Amino acid sequence: MESLNIFIRSIFIDNMIFAYFLGMCSYLAVSKTVKTSFGLGIAVIFVLFITVPVNYLLNNYVLKAGALEWLLGKDAASIDLSFLSFILFIAVIAAIVQLVEMVVEKFAPALYNQLGIFLPLIAVNCAIMGASLFMQQRAYENLGQATCFGLGSGIGWLLAIVSIAAIREKLKYSNIPAPLRGIGITFIITGLMAISFMSFLGINL
Amino acid sequence: MSSEKKSIFSAERLQLLLGPLSKNNPVIVQVLGICSALAVTAQLKPAIVMGLSVTVVTAFSNLILSTLRNTIPNRIRIIVQLVVVAALVIVVDQLLKAYAYDVSKQLSVFVGLIITNCIIMGRIEAFALINKPFDSLIDGIANGLGYAMLLVVIAFFRELLGSGTLFGFKVIPQAFYSFGYENNGLMILPPMALIVVGCIIWVHRSKNKDLIEN
Repeated sequence: MESLNIFIRSIFIDNMIFAYFLGMCSYLAVSKTVKTSFGLGIAVIFVLFITVPVNYLLNNYVLKAGALEWLLGKDAASIDLSFLSFILFIAVIAAIVQLVEMVVEKFAPALYNQLGIFLPLIAVNCAIMGASLFMQQRAYENLGQATCFGLGSGIGWLLAIVSIAAIREKLKYSNIPAPLRGIGITFIITGLMAISFMSFLGINL
Repeated sequence: MSSEKKSIFSAERLQLLLGPLSKNNPVIVQVLGICSALAVTAQLKPAIVMGLSVTVVTAFSNLILSTLRNTIPNRIRIIVQLVVVAALVIVVDQLLKAYAYDVSKQLSVFVGLIITNCIIMGRIEAFALINKPFDSLIDGIANGLGYAMLLVVIAFFRELLGSGTLFGFKVIPQAFYSFGYENNGLMILPPMALIVVGCIIWVHRSKNKDLIEN
């Protein structure tokens, strides 16, 4: 039940884009058409679904204070490697993105052709790194909760980018003040969407 | 590349330094590094600390990677860049924890997210890998300052209108409140950051007509 709660929360309430602005760069750059933004969204879900649990294991069995006890016995209680977490998390993310890219290329060439250009970009998407850091900060109890959080954040991100892409496709036909065209109006619309997403606040399962 | 020596502060370098402050601002023109620009700007103090941290990281990562640019194999350059940036961010994070603990708590995960800040990767890819170290250092500092400046502007409006304070000091006189003036609580919430940036872009582009998109 707690896992379901985390899942729903991470999609609607703690939405990566609307509540924390993570992954805004690709959100703004790639949201011109629904089709490509959907492809990027799927790739983000996929990578989050793998990296968050992997980084969870890394955090709990290597980095946290006293996490090395399973390996070194009681002496390890004083070892705290958490200052290394940034560099290890980003290394895991970059490696997994590379791996995912190779696996997809080998087994699903059609999907690879669609995602091709986006996959390498995902390594530097703030949403991926942000999810791992939030996972560490919020100290989820078990692997299941961390996985649900990763999956939910990805779905929330997909939801956000597909909806802004759909709006931007229609915006082409509207008469916007010249200096606001393009990026300016996208910011303001995202702001309004974020306000509407705030109505989910306080939902608890 | 020309072999003739440029003076340390030639006109070209001055342009390199001043461009990112307005005409080529990383946040509102190149649209990079939005994530953290919005999340840390509810108050001025964390915004300034964040801006300075990013300036330090961009400057040094540009310098280091520009020095190494001829030895990094092209295929693995992203990973090399990430490792250098991550190491620098760890240093910044530890310094903040040691000397500005409360601000570092306020910034929480956003210090770590400097690693994936698009400004840093963007400047390395677009500038440091094809230019000499000293120019890259200037470019890094200038882009960091452009980012910091925008953060300060956003944070100024959000803190002033949202909580009636600047740096935590009350600036709106009590007389206003007794007259019926209210702080706009919405300004502190995340959505208004986006709308404030949208308005800044509006003003900036109506001053610089050549930036307008079709």
